[in-house]
Amino acid sequence: MAAIDGPKGTASSGAGLLAGLLGVGVLLTIFMASRTHDPRFMVHAYIFMAAFTLALAVLVIGISADRFVQSEDKYEDGVIRAGVIASLFWGVVGMLVGLVIASQLSWPNLFYFPEFGWLNFGRLRPLHTSGVIFAFGGNVLIATSFYVVQRTCKARLAGGIAPWVVFWGYQLFIVLAATGYLMGVTQSREYAEPEWYVDIWLTVVWVTYLLVFLGTIWKRKEPHIYVANWFYLAFIVTVAMLHIVNNLAVPVSPLSSHSYSLFSGVQDALVQWWYGHNAVGFFLTAGFLAIMYYFIPKRAERPVYSYRLSIVHFWALIFIYIWAGPHHLHYTALPQWAQTLGMTFSIMLWMPSWGGMINGLMTLSGAWDKLRTDAVMRMLIASLAFYGMSTFEGPVMSVRAVNALSHYTDWTIGHVHSGALGWVGFVSFGAIYCLVPWLWKRPRLYSDRLVEWHFWIATIGILLYIAAMWVSGIMEGLMWREYTSEGFLAYSFVQTVEAKHVANMIRALGGLLYLSGTLIMVYNVWRTIRGDVAALEKNAVLVQPAASGPAPKGAAVAAE
Amino acid sequence: MTYETLSRIVQQGGTVYFSLLFLMVCVYAFWPKNKETFDRAARLPLDED
Repeated sequence: MAAIDGPKGTASSGAGLLAGLLGVGVLLTIFMASRTHDPRFMVHAYIFMAAFTLALAVLVIGISADRFVQSEDKYEDGVIRAGVIASLFWGVVGMLVGLVIASQLSWPNLFYFPEFGWLNFGRLRPLHTSGVIFAFGGNVLIATSFYVVQRTCKARLAGGIAPWVVFWGYQLFIVLAATGYLMGVTQSREYAEPEWYVDIWLTVVWVTYLLVFLGTIWKRKEPHIYVANWFYLAFIVTVAMLHIVNNLAVPVSPLSSHSYSLFSGVQDALVQWWYGHNAVGFFLTAGFLAIMYYFIPKRAERPVYSYRLSIVHFWALIFIYIWAGPHHLHYTALPQWAQTLGMTFSIMLWMPSWGGMINGLMTLSGAWDKLRTDAVMRMLIASLAFYGMSTFEGPVMSVRAVNALSHYTDWTIGHVHSGALGWVGFVSFGAIYCLVPWLWKRPRLYSDRLVEWHFWIATIGILLYIAAMWVSGIMEGLMWREYTSEGFLAYSFVQTVEAKHVANMIRALGGLLYLSGTLIMVYNVWRTIRGDVAALEKNAVLVQPAASGPAPKGAAVAAE
Repeated sequence: MTYETLSRIVQQGGTVYFSLLFLMVCVYAFWPKNKETFDRAARLPLDED
């Protein structure tokens, strides 16, 4: 365990206070479950009640056994280990649901039951998007942010038991959101589907997260706040702001699972896409750039290429991104100058996006050989390549004339997935491959060869996916705007759907490959945690950067 | 405030505001006295944890 310099001591964990709050929560949920006439609301009240009761029991047992005494001279790594496991679990779930809905698009009768709506495409689709973005991505961000902020501030996480409240509170949010989608509880705002009471719960969890993060920075022993922490902080603060504003709504009753937004008409659309695009900008970009700025230098054992560039990158990115949302509303009731504003800011985003990408890539200068020898490094660098590609494509698609062709087509889906699978997925996998040996004190991963397999299977999967979506997207876009000589539309909608059948099957195959890569990773991580090393690789030369762990087991020097 | 006033503020005021902000960020990033801090900060992830 890495020790932290400074005064040794213990701090109150706040477990007693939390137990009290949970007791109140249990009573409140019992009341809500007993009084509501809305069966779906009742299910959620019972889930809340079960979670609070379980947490209360664990706390009471823990307090009586003195489990919550904190020692300030050690990093809090338990919650990060939990976060890594949760990330992989939700990653597999979210990607599996993605494969199911991709298959439903190819074979529409799959899991379609007219009398039972739970597995309809319409309900599974938000389960997939929230599963991979918020459950997988969110857990990766929370876990890595807790790791990075402690190491770069040289201070233990603030708030005693609060990091665990963030972790379990966030898992509860995921369960509530996911079960809600399956039951049909939704406020129909893309990427913000959970209803008002789940939104309130997430706000509580998120503000706790913000306070833990700020508290840790506050008591830092390193005078400079490292750039990754700036990115994490921008992500946490902005997501809080977006989440609260976009979810302002009035419930039908305090005991109902339905609500109405405070906004209406074009204002509603603008607020939703201000939220929606900044979920991309701050959740899927700023947060994961923080991962890049810590894990790439660490893995490459090289300093950040240009720290000055990282500062300009940070401020330019966060000031520009927040204005790009209106490009989702071309050719709508939104005033045209506002559409143009969104488009212009989207194009300006080329600069910080590519500046950041170049900063990450060039960090490898002097260590380019690692691309060949270290599959984890290659995964991190490939993520930047996909980042560069999708942040080039995005501004192009935001141009009104291009958008006229691309909007509502599969091109958008392909664009999103080159960012999500290539950038967010790969940078997360790379960070997790780094973290597992560090956190569990293992000298190396179970198998580097399996990382190679993961890398290539997933890369081929992404390429199949995005190529299929480019073809089908541009094809359907062209078919939709095709007129006959008499001035009628040349194709009916269902004809365009039929034309995409082959592309949809290739897309599902790409998803299957990507999921297979993730399953290989889960196996590799599981064996690493157990402390195994693959038989074939026992004598291999170590390429892992040795963290502050014990000497390699069966120290690996090839004979003569 | 009329719609026209508001849109003029966004369109013109915004340009000035962002240019100034960007200038300030650049000045901060390239201020010679900060070089030492930043060179050290670039190596922060490499510190033994």
